[in-house]
Amino acid sequence: MGVEGIGARVARKEDKRFLTGKGRYTDDMVVPGMKYAYFVRSPYAHARIAGIDASAAKAMPGVIDVLDGKQLLADGIGNLICGWMIHSKDGSPMKMGGWRPLAHETVRYVGDAVAIVVADSFGEARDAAEAVSVSYDELPVVTVAVDTLKPGAPELHPEAPGNLIFDWEIGDSAAADAAIAQAAHVTEIEIFNNRLSPNPMEPRATLGIYDGAEDHYTCYTTSQNPHVARLVMSAFYNVAPENKLRVIAPDVGGGFGSKIYIYPEEIVCLWASKKTGVPVKWTSDRTEAFLTDAHGRDHVSKVKMAFDKDHKIIGLKVDTIANLGAYMSLFSSAVPTYLYATLLSGQYDIAAIHCNVRTVYTNTVPVDAYRGAGRPEATYLLERTVETAARELGISPVELRRKNFIRSFPHQTPVIMNYDAGDYDASLDAALQASDWNGFAARKAEAARRGKLRGIGMSCYIEACGIAPSAAVGSLGAGVGLWESAEVRVNAVGTVEVLTGSHSHGQGHETTFAQLVSERLGVPLDNVSIVHGDTDKVQMGMGTYGSRSGAVGMSAIVKALDKVEAKAKKIAAHLMEADESDIVIGNGEMKVAGTDKSVPWFQVTLAAYTGHNLPSGMEPGLKEGAFYDPSNFTFPAGCYIAEVEVDPETGKTEIVQFVAADDFGNIINPMIVEGQVHGGIAQGIGQALLEGVHYDPANGQLLTASYMDYAMPRADDLPSFSVSHQNTPCPGNPLGIKGCGEAGAIGSPPALINAITDAIGNNKLNMPATPLAVWTALQAGQIRQAAE
Amino acid sequence: MHLYSTNYHRATSLEDAGKLLSGADDGKYIAGGQTLIATLKQRLAQPSDLVDLRHIAALKGIAVEGRKVTIGAGVTHAEVASSASIRGVCPALAHLASLIGDPHVRHMGTIGGSIANDDPAADYPAAVLGLGATVVTNRREIAADDFFVSLFETALRDDEIITAVRFQAPEKAGYAKFANPASRFAMTGVFVSKGEGGVRVAVTGAGSSGVFRHAGGRLVAAGRVRCAN
Repeated sequence: MGVEGIGARVARKEDKRFLTGKGRYTDDMVVPGMKYAYFVRSPYAHARIAGIDASAAKAMPGVIDVLDGKQLLADGIGNLICGWMIHSKDGSPMKMGGWRPLAHETVRYVGDAVAIVVADSFGEARDAAEAVSVSYDELPVVTVAVDTLKPGAPELHPEAPGNLIFDWEIGDSAAADAAIAQAAHVTEIEIFNNRLSPNPMEPRATLGIYDGAEDHYTCYTTSQNPHVARLVMSAFYNVAPENKLRVIAPDVGGGFGSKIYIYPEEIVCLWASKKTGVPVKWTSDRTEAFLTDAHGRDHVSKVKMAFDKDHKIIGLKVDTIANLGAYMSLFSSAVPTYLYATLLSGQYDIAAIHCNVRTVYTNTVPVDAYRGAGRPEATYLLERTVETAARELGISPVELRRKNFIRSFPHQTPVIMNYDAGDYDASLDAALQASDWNGFAARKAEAARRGKLRGIGMSCYIEACGIAPSAAVGSLGAGVGLWESAEVRVNAVGTVEVLTGSHSHGQGHETTFAQLVSERLGVPLDNVSIVHGDTDKVQMGMGTYGSRSGAVGMSAIVKALDKVEAKAKKIAAHLMEADESDIVIGNGEMKVAGTDKSVPWFQVTLAAYTGHNLPSGMEPGLKEGAFYDPSNFTFPAGCYIAEVEVDPETGKTEIVQFVAADDFGNIINPMIVEGQVHGGIAQGIGQALLEGVHYDPANGQLLTASYMDYAMPRADDLPSFSVSHQNTPCPGNPLGIKGCGEAGAIGSPPALINAITDAIGNNKLNMPATPLAVWTALQAGQIRQAAE
Repeated sequence: MHLYSTNYHRATSLEDAGKLLSGADDGKYIAGGQTLIATLKQRLAQPSDLVDLRHIAALKGIAVEGRKVTIGAGVTHAEVASSASIRGVCPALAHLASLIGDPHVRHMGTIGGSIANDDPAADYPAAVLGLGATVVTNRREIAADDFFVSLFETALRDDEIITAVRFQAPEKAGYAKFANPASRFAMTGVFVSKGEGGVRVAVTGAGSSGVFRHAGGRLVAAGRVRCAN
């Protein structure tokens, strides 16, 4: 196709408004009579609420009302819920403790909301919030996953004795044990996956508008899936029935997973709008975001990997504890189970795998999906273990991986997933070549002359995207189906609007989805508009997360386009008195193949709407909708290589080279894909070297609640990335797409830590590998070597 | 906004500033505000009045006469970093200024504000002490060795405003810091100079009472540590 179709490096249509400050975000929304909310939040990590006295606050200037959790309860607003049921291995359902949008009895993390102040201005709301007097009886606190399971640990929820939410397993325990028992070598390692704060550039915000005349609610919100938000708020929180609730997620400035979930603030602002009779807007500040946005990761795992005498992996056994925080967030239960343990086969043919996962409550903010969601945890665990094994076995990490690669497809792993296509050698070869792997020894020697310790490390990742076949996820406990919807509306003049249930919050859908339409209907990109994020415009959708918008969202558009194209061909054939099977579309016209007969595209679309001359019995109009339900996950994979130099005096790591070789299947817009990879690697580098959420274990105070203490990656922390693609098309969807949004964050952390541990000669190193952590590990390694 | 409401005054002269402050219930001078504004936004301070010193003409300007350098207290970090005359006689100081914060901070923050605040994570105190500079106020002149008392504590009296920092340009000098990966403030910073008074080494961030002079200077003077170029 032309310069604007599939595969074209088209500049993003949406960037003009984003880069010129003309984006329209939730906080930009202003409606008549709008007032401002500030939430009164718990300063304690665990306490009983003895009483709330808002009388002084209510008397302050500009204050409209102060509302608390007892009033919310009296009005019948329901608990927040987790939408994915997991059963423990004993068959019992997960132990979900009650999560009130405004706590009225017990607060369980610092930042738990207890009241909302509505006032004429933000400043007056904040001033009054400080004047709300809440008396608390403090309770003992636990913040660390392994501590919360110990006898005598403080319990958070009466529903969950011992703070255990579920004790789940996957795979064949006896087979994994047998493999370990007969192994020639077993590599054992303990893996910590550090807790992260998502930090989208736009903080969360919401505007709740109640229209008393129509008994109708409108919710503007920073959401990755406004339809799911409406469904959940209607079905579970009793805010309003779906036909009385419109949810709009306008421009959203990044989500990384943290804006999938329904948080207390949306519900409370809608309710408060009805209570006060005014539209109520809340915008999070950055410290509130650190305190209340769902965090990611926070796993600790014990791993045993068994090898036969030929270095073939014969078994893997993993025992994981995952910290879910104080309450179960919307998809929190799925992340350390079906999004994690199902990927523990990696790129390797492993006959026996078993993984046990215990999820626990602690006095910390809820943990849920964050870019990669389970797959980074699986990849980090597996790729550090394989690298460690190579060192123990004294063989090249390249050869150990090659020895175990899966090479025939489809491949059924012992942990549910059925890999449909891939070529792991191709990515590995490309990465080795791009990194000049064989020239490393010389570079290391040169660095040593400068007093630097140089190391190299790799990671061969696989992940699962395109979530997912509805029947399959339903059988595994999902509360929703994971299809996607699309509607293609061709206007009378031939321009096109695509309504999609996907939601763009940085992914560039307005460009890539238009490229697909341009490819299929032969119309210029400018004549295609993408509509998303409004439940009044798009009937239903499942939203954007899990790198699903290309593989699932665009597949739905393909199905709708198929119908549009079929009808247009019938009309064109009728107009040109030809057979519809001979009609082809392209370059703004419909032609009869092999002839010079053609009719302009706009004439066909105009005919559809005048209805003057249509095939007998045909309905006027040119508008078609479709739902697409995938038949399988998709399986992006690749090889990442990191090369680092460590300053032995300070422990500071410099990334001197970073190579990414990915297989994303077919690509719509290479520039956008590269951008996704760059962003993902930046977040992976953040996790590996810089970022880490720390709570004070003694009192549950968040110690990393601002950018003074939480280190986000900056431009000068990052090297230039070498990015390439070795694509095997996905056989499971019409466009052959696999997904690219999370790979960078999944594949990069183990490559970096493998490189640093290679440089310092000590494998005992956890993320984030700060200068202090690296320096300490370096000293410990030297002391150990001296002792030996 | 996020901070408690407060009255803002833009002082036109030192006398004006003094009057505005003494007329306030609980006033505070602001000279760039790169620490103070963040503190106010976190609601950790609630001054009744802010008296802004940044627009007082007498506090502006950089003067270099021979090796004698005078930097007005209201000179921003960006001005020091880009000053050709500072680069000419003491490039280490221009380099130090170029490392402070980000461009926004460097265009708002001032040398007077920085040393009056005396944050152990700030860069300038190490330079002022390491250069053996003189802190000039509207009342007197204070030697750097006497100026920095402890963490966030200086010899300044309540009614005193820094007007300039003066020093003799050293023969050579250098500054290095190890930045906090999150905030990029100095976890520790070291300024070394070699001038008429010999070698001086000042260290910030690594002591419990703020910036201090390190014995390194005496060791160099005694020939026990080599001073690299």
